Amino acid sequence: MSERSDITLTINGQAHAIRVEPRRTLVDAIREDCGQTGTHIGCEHGVCGACTVLVDGAPVRSCLMFAVQAEGKQIRTVEGLATGDELNALQRAFMEHHGLQCGFCTPGFLMLVTGVLEREPDITDDELTDVLSSNLCRCTGYQNIVKAVRAVAGEMRQRRTAQA
Amino acid sequence: MSAPTKGSGFAWVGRSIRRVEDPALLTGRGRFTADLPAAHRVRFVRSSVAAGRIENIIVPENAVVLTAADLAAVKPITPALHKFGYVPVAQPVLASGFVRFVGEPIAAVIAATEAEAEDIADDVSVEVGEVEPVVDARAALIDGAPQVHTQAAHNIVVEGRMETPGFAAAHGDAHRLIAIDLRSRRQNATPLEARAGHAVFDPISGRVTLTCATQMPHLMRTAIADLIGMPESELRVIAPDVGGGFGQKMSLVPEYVVLVWLARKLKSSVAWTEDRRENLMASFHSRDQYIRLEGAFNADAKLVALAAEVVANVGAYSCYPTTCAVEPLMAMAELPGPYDVRAYSCVARGVLTNTCPMAPYRGVSRPVITTALERLMDTAAAQFGLEPVEIRRRNLIEKFPYTSATGLVFDEASYRQTLDMASDALDVPAFRKRQAQARAERCYLGIGFATFSERTGYGTPAFAARGMGVTPGWETVELTMDPSGYLELRIGASPHGQGLRTTLAQLVADELGVSPDVIKVIHGDTDRTPYGWGTFASRSLVIAGGASVLAARKVHAKLKKIASRLLEAAADDIVLENGAARVAGTDREIPIEDLARAAYHQFHLFKGELDPGLSETATYDPPGTFSNACHAGIVEVDADTGRVTIERFVVAEDAGRLVNPMIVDGQILGGVAQGIGNALLEEIVYDDSGNMLTATLADFLPPTCHEIPPIELMHLETLSDATITRAKGLGEGGAIGAPAAILNAINDALTPFGATINEIPATPQRIRAALRQARKNDV
Amino acid sequence: MKPASFVYHAPKTVDEAVTKLAELSPLDGRVLAGGQSLVPMMAFRMARPAHLIDINTVAGFDRLAVDGNTLSIAACVRHAAFHRPVVAGPTGALLTNVVANIAHYPIRLRGTFCGSLAHADPASEWCLTAVTLGAEIVALSARGRRVIAADDYFEGMMMTALAEDELLSEARLPLLPPDAHFGFYEFSRRAGDYALAMALTTFRLQDGVIIEPRVGVGGAEGRPCRMAQAEAILAGQKPGAEIFRAAAEAAADAIDPLEDVHADAEFRLDLVRAVTRRALERAAA
Repeated sequence: MSERSDITLTINGQAHAIRVEPRRTLVDAIREDCGQTGTHIGCEHGVCGACTVLVDGAPVRSCLMFAVQAEGKQIRTVEGLATGDELNALQRAFMEHHGLQCGFCTPGFLMLVTGVLEREPDITDDELTDVLSSNLCRCTGYQNIVKAVRAVAGEMRQRRTAQA
Repeated sequence: MSAPTKGSGFAWVGRSIRRVEDPALLTGRGRFTADLPAAHRVRFVRSSVAAGRIENIIVPENAVVLTAADLAAVKPITPALHKFGYVPVAQPVLASGFVRFVGEPIAAVIAATEAEAEDIADDVSVEVGEVEPVVDARAALIDGAPQVHTQAAHNIVVEGRMETPGFAAAHGDAHRLIAIDLRSRRQNATPLEARAGHAVFDPISGRVTLTCATQMPHLMRTAIADLIGMPESELRVIAPDVGGGFGQKMSLVPEYVVLVWLARKLKSSVAWTEDRRENLMASFHSRDQYIRLEGAFNADAKLVALAAEVVANVGAYSCYPTTCAVEPLMAMAELPGPYDVRAYSCVARGVLTNTCPMAPYRGVSRPVITTALERLMDTAAAQFGLEPVEIRRRNLIEKFPYTSATGLVFDEASYRQTLDMASDALDVPAFRKRQAQARAERCYLGIGFATFSERTGYGTPAFAARGMGVTPGWETVELTMDPSGYLELRIGASPHGQGLRTTLAQLVADELGVSPDVIKVIHGDTDRTPYGWGTFASRSLVIAGGASVLAARKVHAKLKKIASRLLEAAADDIVLENGAARVAGTDREIPIEDLARAAYHQFHLFKGELDPGLSETATYDPPGTFSNACHAGIVEVDADTGRVTIERFVVAEDAGRLVNPMIVDGQILGGVAQGIGNALLEEIVYDDSGNMLTATLADFLPPTCHEIPPIELMHLETLSDATITRAKGLGEGGAIGAPAAILNAINDALTPFGATINEIPATPQRIRAALRQARKNDV
Repeated sequence: MKPASFVYHAPKTVDEAVTKLAELSPLDGRVLAGGQSLVPMMAFRMARPAHLIDINTVAGFDRLAVDGNTLSIAACVRHAAFHRPVVAGPTGALLTNVVANIAHYPIRLRGTFCGSLAHADPASEWCLTAVTLGAEIVALSARGRRVIAADDYFEGMMMTALAEDELLSEARLPLLPPDAHFGFYEFSRRAGDYALAMALTTFRLQDGVIIEPRVGVGGAEGRPCRMAQAEAILAGQKPGAEIFRAAAEAAADAIDPLEDVHADAEFRLDLVRAVTRRALERAAA
């Protein structure tokens, strides 16, 4: 076992002072050391995307980063999307379009989409579907996830056109 | 929640209201088993050898490691079946004496963290005197093949046989005999949440609470308590939020038994979170089968006799409670599917091998028998010069009720209608033109159909026919209205994505004239719910739903009686709607919460006529009902690479009354996606020594959204009387029909080459091999 | 699947990094860049470095620039940097075309171009690109700096010419001439999977015939290779179906195919034929 070190992870704007080994993955630190269990582990080898969080705005697989690498970065997880009890537009769209069944993959998809739409506001529907192929779901067959995401992206595009 | 439509009969049933499950799941407030902290973590040391005798287990100093020797008082898992010569085989929860498959748990390392437990597990050394394993089911049947269990001769764990009277004559009389050999490759349900268990001992009560990813909490409790030899009342099992199951979590998990045992021993909390590699290797596989069908057709392409031979690779042990006989015996019982065939003969064997044990996976054997039957139909169609749609029209069951050659009763359904809907949607004549044009340009399109029945919502008598030691079927619910007028529905079913909290509330809401908002559905906790069988086999909406309606009707009757007293009117003149009881034809009404309060706090008003309070129990145990669907797809096969692209996929389905169409569609879409994976991508592969070659998600390939085309859904609602709600089950249907439709479409595309493929998944490599073989045959 | 223990180092400068590597590589020390290939291996405990030297924090390792006629890609430039063309002309377009095939969006935000070269997976698109375009790999160590030609760099499946104490600090791609054509095609089972075979081709047309053909095939053998025979067939010929078929056949003949659970030898060669032909068709379009 390697020496633990004291680090601070900033998750959804809140600082968490924790003590971890270097080998502690970011996802384990988020879930267990910081108590934010909304982010899930599906494979631990970077394929399923269930562990997706935003690190400085980039959607990343938190099972492929070590917690010590994330110090000083802004981490956003699913727990930070809603405002109190009020779901945000993306969450509402998932609910409206039945984009979840068991809910296990859902946080990963929400963070993936949140990150992509923030980084690539002009992304086309086809490119968005490409990005969605990053994450696995076993319950929904994806169709309703795609619908929900396209609805949100479409609304964003409309608002931007209106503002322009 | 918007107001219901007045006077529609159904205010809530039939509406796509949004799910109450969603807000928590969307905000990261779902509670999954792995979310719980524990004082101790377990890492299992698993066999890296497929077969052999355990000679020594060397444990590092100071390590806390459990082996079978420590668990001598724990009974092995020995599910029972009393038919067809089933040989009871026993699975010790930790390998004892022998290992029989790669991944079998041999020892449990306990440490403070998962990482430490894994470090220690790396240093546990297991010496195994290897013996030759057998991996393939057909190879296991051969004389002299290695025996997986000494008591099962030829590795046959069960052999179902049946033959209808007069079969030989009908078969011998045939105008044409057509045979199909289908190879269905091994599947893993791969829920996104792998298995996980958390057991905690409460020193004050002396009880253990096991929170675990399961589809059957009550049965898990009975089984584990029994194996450990503890009173069931000392064990509480909770299925919290469960991340998908698809059948993989409806069998007893040996690792969960170890956790409960450890919690009692350590008097503490202990958890195991299965990793993906373990899940792929050691968590219940399925559908590794050979099916040979021989169809005897008359001159009009009518199937007059069907002979079937099923060889199902059941792995090294038998799953509890269904036993590993479930796949072969279901295949035997549910062939010939939706076709009108009176003469039928079948031999169905479950064969043991040194591979991971099998357990039901969405559809169980139905995807395999459907694929075999549908390939038979298309093969026959080609030989008779008929369109695939036409040969099915000539053979599908038409008149109901229909009792099959195996004694199953098919209730009102719409086999032909769904076939017509699907074929109309795809416009077969127009497609044939396009197909011909495309062929001229070396573009190979194909169209494929699959019509099938889905046996759903069947209760105890149906299960009893299987002869299992544990016979599920009925469901009981408890419905309580508290003094505030709010309702709690406690069910023994155990949803894990199906939205039962929403749909059952819809059913009860309609019965009582209230909003689903005031109904809370409680499930998963054995301390809080009546004994039930869990959620699997497309049963919960039908059976738990039926019981919910029955319980609600009892509450309804009681509320009316209370209202009649308080409103001084005849009970028959009372209607319950919009959260109140009203005297019909007047505006005299009383809110439901006032009735509720009176039931508890003004009981003297009803003494002699009613019991105090408002709590009713109901049980429902229906015979079962068949939903049906037609799946149809258009594919393009790239002849150079063997890649299959699905251009279009349609589903015309009939599951009777749809309680929540949005949720229904979700179930079909999810099932079809798994069916597409089954048809094209997903396969667990072993080498000849029993090593698993597909132990990561880069090697075992569940589809991404890229591999799933837009799926068009069409619905019929044939209302049969087989269930109270007139709803039929449908959760498995998507997975049942899709592989068959796609395999048929691929074969249709390959027609110009004279190539056929009767294997799923129909991988690019297999398609290329079929093309090369066809070219060789031409020479 | 938790990794085995390691000591974590985060050097801030290149000098620190190479000094650390010199000190720690004999002690099972490895470089951590994007981690998208290394960390899964660590999760499976197939890799158990005792030390990890995280170069994400090294100043200057994100440099991506044109130096004369070369595109210089430093150690920590992410795949995602190539989502839009980084330089005008065919090289920029080629890299953008290829990168869309690499894994998935989140992986591309972390994984690095140079990391792919260091990892040397046979199915790596950048390794094929490096070989086909004739890249140079710059290896830095405490002992100095050396430049390795791509042809000499890839030695076999996940084996490179890098010494234990060397850090792949830069990849240098020669820019294609402005009139160069390029075509890339890969075959994978699902979106984002490792390719079972892929081909990259570039050529120019002079008076309607192909000159300076380059044909590289990857994913089919332990390392990517240029197909000399296929190139010879193409040189001096008009682009067309027959000539492309012949070149593809030559490529298949030259390959000693990898066999694994996803592809046996025959199928792999089928794919080599198909990807080579289609890459050429794309280049000619």
